[in-house]
Amino acid sequence: MSITAFLTDSTLCIGCKACEVACKEWNGVDEDGLAWSGYSYDNTGAVGASTWRHVKFVEQAPVPGFGGNAGEQMSWSFSSDVCKHCENAGCLEACPTGSIVRTEFGGVFIQPDVCNGCGYCVTACPFGVVERNSKDGRAFKCTFCYDRQKVGLQPACAKACPTESIKFGEIEDLRQAAQARIEELHRRGMEDAAIWDPTQTSVEGTHAMFIVRGDARAYNLPPSPEVPTVYLKKSWQSSAIAAGLLLGGTLLAFLSDGARRNGSSR
Amino acid sequence: MSDLLPLRDMDERDLQRERRLDEIRREAERRGQMKVISTRPAGAPFPQASPETGYYGIPLLKQPPWTWEIPLYFFVGGAAGAAAVIGAIADYTGADRELVRHARWVAAAGSVISPALLVSDLGRPERFLAMLRVFKPQSPMSVGVWTLLGFSTGAAAAAFAGFLRDRYGPSLPLNVLENAGQAASLAFGLPFSNYTGVLIGATAIPVWNHNAGDLPLHFAASGLGAAVGILELLGHRKSSALQALGLGAAIFETWEGLRIEGRSHYRLDPLKHGPSGWITRTGGALSGPVPAILRLASLFGSRKRASSLRRWASWSAIAGSLITRIAWIHAGHVSARDWKLPLQEGTPEPRQMGATLRQMPDAT
Repeated sequence: MSITAFLTDSTLCIGCKACEVACKEWNGVDEDGLAWSGYSYDNTGAVGASTWRHVKFVEQAPVPGFGGNAGEQMSWSFSSDVCKHCENAGCLEACPTGSIVRTEFGGVFIQPDVCNGCGYCVTACPFGVVERNSKDGRAFKCTFCYDRQKVGLQPACAKACPTESIKFGEIEDLRQAAQARIEELHRRGMEDAAIWDPTQTSVEGTHAMFIVRGDARAYNLPPSPEVPTVYLKKSWQSSAIAAGLLLGGTLLAFLSDGARRNGSSR
Repeated sequence: MSDLLPLRDMDERDLQRERRLDEIRREAERRGQMKVISTRPAGAPFPQASPETGYYGIPLLKQPPWTWEIPLYFFVGGAAGAAAVIGAIADYTGADRELVRHARWVAAAGSVISPALLVSDLGRPERFLAMLRVFKPQSPMSVGVWTLLGFSTGAAAAAFAGFLRDRYGPSLPLNVLENAGQAASLAFGLPFSNYTGVLIGATAIPVWNHNAGDLPLHFAASGLGAAVGILELLGHRKSSALQALGLGAAIFETWEGLRIEGRSHYRLDPLKHGPSGWITRTGGALSGPVPAILRLASLFGSRKRASSLRRWASWSAIAGSLITRIAWIHAGHVSARDWKLPLQEGTPEPRQMGATLRQMPDAT
């Protein structure tokens, strides 16, 4: 039993969407993206209930040598997005049914037979990954191919990736591989390449790391995601104060009212 | 046409198409728009991904998936919880029996309507039972469901036992049921009237979690104002205790409204600008200053005039409470759709960056 992770290297991605197709094939996920979004060759715009892998097509201003295009053309890069499988997962903490669990491989898994469709995980995910399926109301997201990992297979997306842009393996091995890859990219002059893995935030790192060039915000990867449980203390304190004020205020109001009535009737 | 050089070997028709594409692209970049059928470069120059525009301005966060039942549930739950507290305290302090009875019935009605709204939001009734598998202190939804369960049982039992006692006379089992139910509805009613503030405060939605420390107090005051309003509309417009509570809630809501207006932060924008801002202001005015002024005015003048003013204050507070809940949910949607917010967090100068981001043309 090992703790596993994805390392998605956007410098190797060719935007073929084989990962999206393989994911849909293996997991029986609904078709959802035959229309163009109007943003480059992107279909759905984001991961969601029926898009567990999503290839982003990042068209940026012309930067010579970036994305492998001619200098005067826009630079073009691709990155396959997926559930981040946070170390400290907002959806898992928020789930009121216990449907969302941490698997023995370290991933975050929604048990579809337990999920009751309350939708609270949707508001708790700092990456906008979990979504309610409009047809049956339950929440869905990447399962980290829990069924495949159970029998020793790698997730379908990683297996289908033709360039090994999606790497799958033990998390510590991948962290080292990511470091080695960054050093190599820097040596080759791509000094803007960096690893995105929010270990310094309350999310405490993810089981889906990314290598991107330039500012990760262009890939909709937030610089400082927070797991919503960090707001619990403040909220419950406010709730306790509110309850105390309500109780005290009501007591005071009725006691003084009673005193006045007794006084006047005497 | 240096970029067409490699295309020399193409036949004339393909070459024309390629040239047309280049024309379209140039026109889009020059005029910022294209109106030819079958092309779609609206918002051109073609949308680009960048640190300043995010990923084509596509929102990172998902909007809250809840249906219309949820803001209504927030309203009903807040009013019912506060009504249960009023009923129990009124009973313990020996206030008017009729007020105790009415407060219990308001709480009992809420105890039936609340779960019905939640079940309806889930789509299939039996799914509600999945919430009862576990108790998770770190999930406000789980804590809330168990609070609702305790509250509903207590409030319904107290009202039912009271009804039987009034009809068939007192007996020991009925007294036990009534007192235990009332105690439970008080104990659970206190958190039940405000936990929905925690529920939306502890989420990834920026405008909600930014107000995590305010929302429970805000929602408690809103619920109290609505509960007092309902009881006064049921005829208790002479109770000075209700008057004091209604005034207290209205003054707190006025302060809360001023606090929202007074703070300046880009995460608070949905509460101040656009339709969601105006819904928030409407709810705030109806919950705060309007009932506060009406109630203060009712302290002077004839008894008949006071009763009329308090009736208007009650309607205003009830409407204000409902609109306030709708406003917060709506603001949450607007906040989730604002793609800039999650990308601004943790950047060195979020204010400044927000300003530059806003000047970028909207890609959609």
